[in-house]
Amino acid sequence: MEQFKMPYFYNYPPYFTLQPVKDTREKQIQLWKELILKYCKQYKVFVINLDEEFPLFGNSAIERKLSHEARELFLGALVAEGKAEWLDKAHHKCLILWRSITDWANLILEFVKENGLEDGVMTLEEIRTGDETHGTDIAGIDRTVLVRALKVLEQKGKAAMFKGTATDDEGVKFSA
Amino acid sequence: MDKIWPGILKPAQLTGAGRPVLQPNEIECQLVDAVEMQLETGPTVPSFRNALVIVSTHRIICVDENSRSAGAIALGSVCRTFPPKKNLKSFFGSPKMRIQLWSKNGSVAAEAASATESAITVVMVFRGQTSPDSFITKLGEVLEAKAWEVDLKNFRVESENSIDGGETGTSTSGRGPANNFASVPPVRKLNPAMAGVAGILRKEKEQLEEADKNLQEAFSDLKALMSKAKEMVNLAERMRIKLLAAPSQQNSTAGDEETGNQEIQDLLLSVGIVSPVTKESAGALYHQQLARQLADFVKIPLQKSGGMLAMVDAYCLFNRARGTELISPEDLLQACSIWASVDVPVAMRRFESGVVVIQSKSHNDEEVSMRLEILVKQPEAMRQGITASDAARALGLAPALAKEHLLAAEMRGQLCRDDGADGLRFFLNILIDLDVSKAFQ
Repeated sequence: MEQFKMPYFYNYPPYFTLQPVKDTREKQIQLWKELILKYCKQYKVFVINLDEEFPLFGNSAIERKLSHEARELFLGALVAEGKAEWLDKAHHKCLILWRSITDWANLILEFVKENGLEDGVMTLEEIRTGDETHGTDIAGIDRTVLVRALKVLEQKGKAAMFKGTATDDEGVKFSA
Repeated sequence: MDKIWPGILKPAQLTGAGRPVLQPNEIECQLVDAVEMQLETGPTVPSFRNALVIVSTHRIICVDENSRSAGAIALGSVCRTFPPKKNLKSFFGSPKMRIQLWSKNGSVAAEAASATESAITVVMVFRGQTSPDSFITKLGEVLEAKAWEVDLKNFRVESENSIDGGETGTSTSGRGPANNFASVPPVRKLNPAMAGVAGILRKEKEQLEEADKNLQEAFSDLKALMSKAKEMVNLAERMRIKLLAAPSQQNSTAGDEETGNQEIQDLLLSVGIVSPVTKESAGALYHQQLARQLADFVKIPLQKSGGMLAMVDAYCLFNRARGTELISPEDLLQACSIWASVDVPVAMRRFESGVVVIQSKSHNDEEVSMRLEILVKQPEAMRQGITASDAARALGLAPALAKEHLLAAEMRGQLCRDDGADGLRFFLNILIDLDVSKAFQ
């Protein structure tokens, strides 16, 4: 996979200190929001766990890393914008929506049409890791995100989910 | 004011803060305000009201604080004074004092010797709340002491020496208090014993002995110290000049010694308020006059410390310069707060953190911000940032004040901070100018 190119200010120490002055802080938050989305998109990261080390939040070259407060603030700003969601009340895990659920749904629909899978059946695991989606954006999609995108399609009447005997053979029937 | 009474009041200089500039060896003795000055006899001139009158060892100085002008009467011109009469009338009215001056052709004569008549009488009407008694007593004392004559004598001696013992002493049929010096014999004509290297050495030795004597007398008791204050200041000044000259004479001076010299020089420099404003001399005008004297005094320390001085430092410097007449921190703060209402070139400033400083009005934050900008744009600073002490060194400020400037610059959005392992460092705020949509390309 192509190496993500960090912006030059990633090596600027103040970028890693939460700025106390309002205007500066707002700009800093914007820059972090953008960086988080781009980084997650590049590496297909769907969930950031604040309790674990996340490579983006520390820069060993300049020996700086974000404080917990700063991480929570930046992710919270993404949540407020609808581009992320807290997965728990204590704000430990955050789902990053670098592509919105609607966009995911449209992407799946396009894939279905391109591959002649109208009226076809696929398991969720096949969509995530199967040969058909290999090499497309859909490959490796987070299960939570996938289920929610399929539900959007379901509401439009373009797909129907069904449950198998085990959780790993949940399936979907497209009807585009 | 000099325009008002031509020929009677000599124009007197005022400092930037509106205090009179004293002549060499002159010491301010007493102040009284709200004085109305009239001219009883002599040329017809309008009287003026509400003057601040200062009596020093050499002059009576009248200051008009509104127009920032001042005029003075040399004490040598005073023929006699008539203190206010103590009777029932004066008990109800404002006390008046008459001062008769030596005069010549309708204007005041510098000394009794050249006067032909004594036809000018100045009347001072004390309209203020405070009693003028101490003022009148002091005026009597300084007229008695005749300090100005000593100076005149010295001046004569010096000018005689400079013309190599030429014609000396003007023969005058003087009268009155100022005729003594005329009969003083020429002190030093060209003396064979004073010539050549031996003469220089002897002169040097004499000077040393004199300084030693002064020192011993001065420290024998406090009162003597006060009266010797002038000589002490002179001695300090001489030592300073000597020290300044010393390094150029000795080529191989150890670095240690040099810094020591520097310290002594700084110490000696700050000895120097010959005539401190005191509660005794200024009375009700104490804080106001103190404010003005302080404003004059801090000018040099301000220049040295980059236009800003912590109040604590100012307090120490000011009191050290005042010597024995120490002031309390409350008095200092009160004096500083008066600055807002009088026209002086300095101001008190309170930072958001609560640090109080004195800064000159010409000092502007823009200049500091420019210098900070240059500082943080250096490649080294772009990588590592600057600390308060870095800024202090570059701006010539105390670290605490430099930090205030850094924080102020941060507030303006000029700088941003890095709170890393090695403490708080400041960087140029490149974040604020970034365009988010372009920053990632």
